[in-house]
Amino acid sequence: MRVHLPNSAFLGNLDSFLRGFDPDNPETLEITANLRWISVHPFVLSMIAALGQRVKPKNIHAEKFEAKSRHYLVRMGLFKYLGLQTEDISIIEHESAGRFIPLTRIQTSEELTNCVTEMIPLLHLEPEQAKTIAYVVSELVRNTLEHAATPDGAILCAQYYKKSNSIRIGIADNGIGIKSAINRSYNSRTDLEAIQLALTPGITGTTRKEGGTELNAGAGLFFIKSIASVNRDFFVVYSGNGFYKLLKNPKLKKLRLHANPFDDRHSKSSDLPRWQGTVVGIDIALDQTDKFSGLLDAIGSTYTTAVRERKKARYKKPRFI
Amino acid sequence: MKTINIFNHAGAFAENKDIARNIRLQEMIPALDQNEEVVLDFEKVDAATQSFVHALISDILRNYGIEVLDRIAFKSCNETVRKITGIVIEYMQEGL
Repeated sequence: MRVHLPNSAFLGNLDSFLRGFDPDNPETLEITANLRWISVHPFVLSMIAALGQRVKPKNIHAEKFEAKSRHYLVRMGLFKYLGLQTEDISIIEHESAGRFIPLTRIQTSEELTNCVTEMIPLLHLEPEQAKTIAYVVSELVRNTLEHAATPDGAILCAQYYKKSNSIRIGIADNGIGIKSAINRSYNSRTDLEAIQLALTPGITGTTRKEGGTELNAGAGLFFIKSIASVNRDFFVVYSGNGFYKLLKNPKLKKLRLHANPFDDRHSKSSDLPRWQGTVVGIDIALDQTDKFSGLLDAIGSTYTTAVRERKKARYKKPRFI
Repeated sequence: MKTINIFNHAGAFAENKDIARNIRLQEMIPALDQNEEVVLDFEKVDAATQSFVHALISDILRNYGIEVLDRIAFKSCNETVRKITGIVIEYMQEGL
């Protein structure tokens, strides 16, 4: 496998980074990087750390990182995670040092609870912002623990960006991917179709019954997409060859939540290099974080309407002869 | 009447579905089966996820019917917990 850390890879311009990912030869991992500057979203770091999990440390090769910003990768724990030496890289503390969560592997429910509890002081969040961030991390990681079917769990990292006053979060896994998880109950033909189903309220791979099972309702990803939509932020899902990106809503446009993710302002691809598992990224601008309880009103009504319409579509019709 | 303190089980951010499931199986269902009223006390709980509330009550609504809500009370819920609980109860009724 080969991956190149570019000059810039954030959710807005992620596509070219993903197209450069080469999943061939899965027993080795070769990492190259821009020589001058590396500025990447936690999505990218989580993804590379997850790649490293698939390969024996002796088969991971990284060229010498020359970019001035390489200390950021050290601080986020990338080299440590991959088992690479970093004696030649000194860590320069930034002003915002401390407002990040380094690459962290979460394999159990208890580890997730601990992580969510500890991340609030780490990111220096206000109570209302903390609710949103904790909600997003909890639901996304729990999705992995429940549906990815991998003992490796989820790899998470997050970073506060002072310039945009936002928290950016990336979560990756090497599990079975969304298509296999959804197709336990549905019959999606492509990875992109599976992502569409997974983002639709009330659809879960665990059952086709409305209301879900005792533990799953098919609401988690819809809630997260809705939080991003209301806050006018990016939200990205990459699984198999499928890629869905919720685009930022223009500030002047009246917001409306959609049950079908393809009705939201978005971009999508179904021909990206294959990712075994799922990677999710989200940006949450803190100064736009709506009051959490306020956005729940919109989420609730969209969710219920979607379930009602799906149920109505299955109503028997009178047979007039 | 059986009062269950959610904070004591799940903390200020109630998100662990395994804990919710244990509360349901070990405390709520035995009490309901004894014809007791159940009070879910959310005092000191800042927020709960939809997953937590779903794991807590959805199976009870499915198995006992929606009338069981006459025997379950939600106490000291802040606005967030109220809305999450409302969403779960509403979509469960749509699906029943």
